[in-house]
Order: sequence, then C-alpha cells, then structure tokens
Amino acid sequence: MTTSEPQANELSTGRARVEAQACPPPVDAPEPLEVLATEPVVAQEEERLYVAGQWQLMWWKFRKHKMALVGGIILIVFYFVGAFCEFIAPYDPEAYFIRYKMAPPTPIHIFDTTGKLHAPFIYHRDRSKDLETLRDIYTENPEIMYPVRFFVKGTPYKFWGLWETDIKLFGLAPEIEDQAIFLLGADRMGRDLFSRLCYGARLSLSIGLVGVFLSLALGIVLGGISGYYGGRVDTIIQRVIEFIRTIPTIPLWMALSAALPADWPVIKLYFGITIILSLVGWTGMARVVRGRFLSLRQEDFVLAARLSGSGEFRIIMRHMVPSFLSHIIASLTLSIPGQILGETGLSFLGLGLRAPAISWGVLLQEAQNVRSLILAPWLLYGPAVCVVLTVFAYNFLGDGLRDAADPYAR
Amino acid sequence: MLGYILRRIGMMIPTLIVISMLSFVIIQLPPGDYLTSYAASLRATGDAVDEAELASLRERYGLGQPIYVQYYKWISGIILRGDWGQSMEWRKPVKELIWERMALTVFLSLVAVSVSWFIAIPVGVFSATHQYSIPDYIFSALSFIGAGTPGFMIALVVMLVAMRQLGLNVGGLFSEEYILAPWSWDKFVDMLKHLWIPVIVIAFESTAGSIRTTRANVLDELNKPYVETARAKGVKESKLVWKYPVRVAMNPFFSTVGWTLASLVGGQTLVAVVLGLQTNGPMMLRALRSQDMYLAGSFLFLVSVLTVIGTLISDILLAWIDPRIRMEG
Repeated sequence: MTTSEPQANELSTGRARVEAQACPPPVDAPEPLEVLATEPVVAQEEERLYVAGQWQLMWWKFRKHKMALVGGIILIVFYFVGAFCEFIAPYDPEAYFIRYKMAPPTPIHIFDTTGKLHAPFIYHRDRSKDLETLRDIYTENPEIMYPVRFFVKGTPYKFWGLWETDIKLFGLAPEIEDQAIFLLGADRMGRDLFSRLCYGARLSLSIGLVGVFLSLALGIVLGGISGYYGGRVDTIIQRVIEFIRTIPTIPLWMALSAALPADWPVIKLYFGITIILSLVGWTGMARVVRGRFLSLRQEDFVLAARLSGSGEFRIIMRHMVPSFLSHIIASLTLSIPGQILGETGLSFLGLGLRAPAISWGVLLQEAQNVRSLILAPWLLYGPAVCVVLTVFAYNFLGDGLRDAADPYAR
Repeated sequence: MLGYILRRIGMMIPTLIVISMLSFVIIQLPPGDYLTSYAASLRATGDAVDEAELASLRERYGLGQPIYVQYYKWISGIILRGDWGQSMEWRKPVKELIWERMALTVFLSLVAVSVSWFIAIPVGVFSATHQYSIPDYIFSALSFIGAGTPGFMIALVVMLVAMRQLGLNVGGLFSEEYILAPWSWDKFVDMLKHLWIPVIVIAFESTAGSIRTTRANVLDELNKPYVETARAKGVKESKLVWKYPVRVAMNPFFSTVGWTLASLVGGQTLVAVVLGLQTNGPMMLRALRSQDMYLAGSFLFLVSVLTVIGTLISDILLAWIDPRIRMEG
C-alpha cells in the first residue's frame, strides 16, 4: 500500500518489456508496423504513420493494449454511474424498508415456472421466521409476478441538486408498495445496497481524481522548480520529499485524519481527506516531473529555443511540458488507485468519511462486523468488488497509457 | 565502507529530530485533549466529574503548557530516561504498553517477508524461464489480483470464509486464556497456531509484487551473453539458471529488505485492525481516537524510526553490493 512499491514494480516490469521488445532482430527501416504486408500497403502504412500527429500515434498504440481498453470501459461505466447516481439508484440511499432488514438480493427472472420467456420480472417475496435460528427467510411466491419497469416514477429527488424530477432508471411500478427490488441485497436497516453503492461511487471515485489533481498541481510546481533550476533549490526540495517518504504512509494518514474535527460537515471532511491523501501523493508526482525536466533540459530543441531567445516560461510551457505531458497523464492514472484505496482504508477505520456520507469505504466499515457478515455476506462483497474492479481498471489503463505515452519507442 | 556508514548515521540524526517533532505536533493537532473528552464522556454517562482530580491529572501530564515545553518534556524523557510518558487511557507508562506490541509487529513482518520470498522466488524464476506459458499467465494473473486487492479486504474475506465454512474464529494472535498471560513456551506455541492467517494475508500482498520483480529481473539476466556462453558450453539448464542469473537477480531483493520490512510494519495496520491482532496498529488506532497523545505519538514516532533504520540497512546493503554507490555517497 505504500507509494514506493508500485513504482519499483513499474520500473522492473518496464525494463522487462523493453527487453522483450528488443529481442527480435531490429528491422532496418523505421517501419513501425508489421513488415509482412506487400510493398504498396507498407508504403501506405508508412505514409499514414508519418503524417499522424503525436496523439494519433498514441491512440493507435493504446488501442493494441486490450486490457487497457477494457479498464477504460469499466471506468467510464463506473464514473457514469457515479455522475448519474440519483437517476440510476432505484431508491434513496437513506430510505429504509423495515420489512427487509438484511434481505438477500432479489432474484431477477426472465423465465417463469413454465419456462416462458418474459421481460425481466421478480416474484412476490414473503417473509417468515426460521423458528430455530430466528432469522428472517424470504421465499418467492411464483403465483405473483411484478415486471421490472424502466424509466419508472420513483420518489422525487433533485437531480444534481438542480432539477426536481422523479424518474428512475428502473424499479417496480409505484403502486406496488410492500415489495422492493434489491439488486445486491439490503443492509441491517433495510436500505438498498445497490443504491448506496451508486451514491458511494460518486464520493469514492471523485476523491481519487480530486486528490490526484491536487498532487499534480503541487508535484508539477515543486518538481518543475527542482528539475529546472537544480542546485540548492533542488537539494532542499529533494530533502523534503525524502523526509515525507520516511514517515510510513498509513500511520501518517491515520494520525492526520484523526485530527479532523468530528463535527465537520461532509463536504469539509471530504476536502480534508483529499488534502491529507495528496500530502503524500505529490512527492511521487514531483519525482516524475523532476526526472523529466532533468532529461529534457539537455535536449537540442530546448537549447535551440533558448538560443532563439525564448523566455524560460515559454520554453517550459510551449516546448517542455507538451513533450512529457503524456508521461504525466500515465503516471497520474497509476497513482489514482492509491488515493482511492487510501480513502477506503481510512473510512473503513472510521477515520475518513463518516456515516451521513456514503462512500465505498463507509459501506465497508458498516460491513466490518463479521457476525453480521455471516448473515449477510453481500454487504462485504458488493463494495469490495467495486473497489477491486476500480483499482484493476486503473492499473490496466495506466499500464496501457504508459506504453502509449512514448509512441516513437518500438 | 566504515566512513560511508558513519556518514549515513550522521545524516539520520537530523531526520530523527524532525520526525520526533512532527509526530508530536501531529498528535497535538486535534482540538481539545484526552482529559476534556474524558470529562465529557463522564458527564454524558451521568458520572460526577471531580474537578480537583482533573486538575491534578492535567498537572501530571503537563497539559495546558505551551507545546514546545510539552515536547521538550516528552523527548528529554525518552532520551535521558527511556521514559515515553504516561498513557492516559490505560493509566500506565507508555513503555510498558508499546514494546511487546512493537516486537510482535516486527516479528510478524519478518515471518511474512520470509514466507513471501519463499513463495515468490521459485514462482518468479519459473515464470521467467517459462515465459508466455500457461502457468506464467496464471501466476501473472494471480499476482495482479494480489497487487490490486487491499490486504484488509482479503483479511475480511478470509475471516468470513473461515467462519462460514470452517466455523473457526480466526481473530487475534492468542487464545483467550493467553492474552494477558506472561510469556511462556505454551503462549508462544499458541501464537504460532494463530499466526498462519495473518501471515498469509500480509504475505499475499507483498508476494504479488515480489513475483513480478523476480520475473522481470531474471528475464533481464537470461538474455545476457554470459548465459548464452554457458549454454553453449553445455552447462545443465537448471544449474545455468540457479547459479548465476538468479543470484544476480536477487541482489536488489536482499538489499531492499530494510525498506520492505519497514513498509510492512506500517502497511499491516489495517489488516491488524480487521483481524484484531495484538500488534501496534489496533492500539494506535484506539489511542488516536481517544486522543491518548503520548501513546499515539510514541507509536507514530517508533514506526517512523523503524523506517529510517530500515532505509539505513538497505542503503548499507546496497553500498556493500555495489561499490559505485559508496564511492559517490
């Protein structure tokens, strides 16, 4: 979970990749695509490559990395859910159904008992008590079917706090009151886990973005100064970075977030946590930026720009930044999962976001009690799968971006 | 070499001073202190608050004085008398509380690192020598899962499965009757019986990274000319791999053991909280929550000191292996 570990891996796997690519004997001409094709096709391909811009080349290279594409698609879906959670979640995240405490996920059917195909529907569920264990049991009654409706009227809500509306993506017809559809089950207060996950996506996913953005701002400024000027400034900044990295990340995060007052409103707490996360995160970013500046400073085109009388600011913004922007984006992507996991971990300990707020970490914290998990394991699996999927998706996307970041390398 | 080590140790001292200050300041950040929240909780439960007792406690713990005076009292106590202050919640000296827990934490990390290497090195070498084979893909997929899944989630799942399927209560490091008992052979044996779950969970995360590092390093070496030469001379394939490339590939591994250990000590906090281990994580969390500042501060300070020492060990090992570093430093 420390920030230094993934970088070490990154380096070593990167090295392996270069090695693997270097293996086949180098082809004499700079033809970056398959040489198997016939002559005119090769010429055409080459033509296309020569006229393509930097971003075009990157996209072509990125497209080849299938896992990265999959990761990208998963993330788009997740962020979409987070952005439109009010519409996608069938119920208000705080609305509770007393009759459905810890109810298991509602099975969605498309075949009825006779094997006939229907639009998705659910059966009527009856609750009874197991007299031995005193647990609630839910049994389906195949006599009564309720179709799952799309774009259905639900409880009114304010979309993005702006428009009043009551349309939900899916749900049961509004006149059915004693039944509910729980895609992923209900928690111990009878709240719909799926709806809560949708709302949690908004906080959990955005905290990574905001945190990385803060780290980036700090990292570019300080890393840039450090790498561009060098000398004593560089030494001081490097010492500070080393020092921050000496303190173990998780205990430091814990101590800092314990200092956030308990009575802060959600929004303040949210930014407090983000700042704490990026307090450590910027050091990694600054190192990347510094390294890039150091290597680019000696490039001919920088010298040429300087000799033609460009100001420092223009050299940096116009010539240097565009040439490492893609690398920055790649390492940004790779550092987002760390921030998301940071929030999840802190909230899980009860030091991060707290109960009125809904994030995946808060949901996991509610699933902390193993005894209740035995009765309702979906309370753990739901948020855990969301977090793990997001982390994977970001890692694969970042891997693909890192490969694509240097489209001229073979 | 000796000069290099002395220089490194000399550089450690300012770092340690700043860390001690920072730990103290961070712990002091929350508004109020232990006694105000203690008094508030007493009032909430309807108990009488003895103002005279509070005042005497305030005096005893040095609360209410300027922060630099408090810091000076704390740090001089540690350096001169080995006195880490009083834990307010436990009403005991901090040093009686922390050492056993720190020792268990370090012990657990050591065991976890050994287990993770024991698995990672053979698997990594196998993956490298059988690159792009089906087992290689399987191991790669597994190590991806390990690297992407936070340890505390694995811990939760393991506990859940153990309880549901096996009916085992796997929390903690000791059986109930041994928790408060003094150390004895029986207690040690009892701990070993409980150790395997935390070790598996903690090792799982670091094994993933180690497999990938080993694989990449061995792959690097396998393409070097000396391997080719040896093969041309007819050296047996198993000897060829294990005698030189693996040894070279392991160098960065052993030299970073200090960092690995240090990062494990901090990194296992969440796992320890989930599994209810008698290590420093859960106690530090509790101390942070109740603003038991000397206890929490001592933990934060000690964990950071461990990292500094770990870095020192790693730097020395690196310099020992690679003479270029010690010349430059």
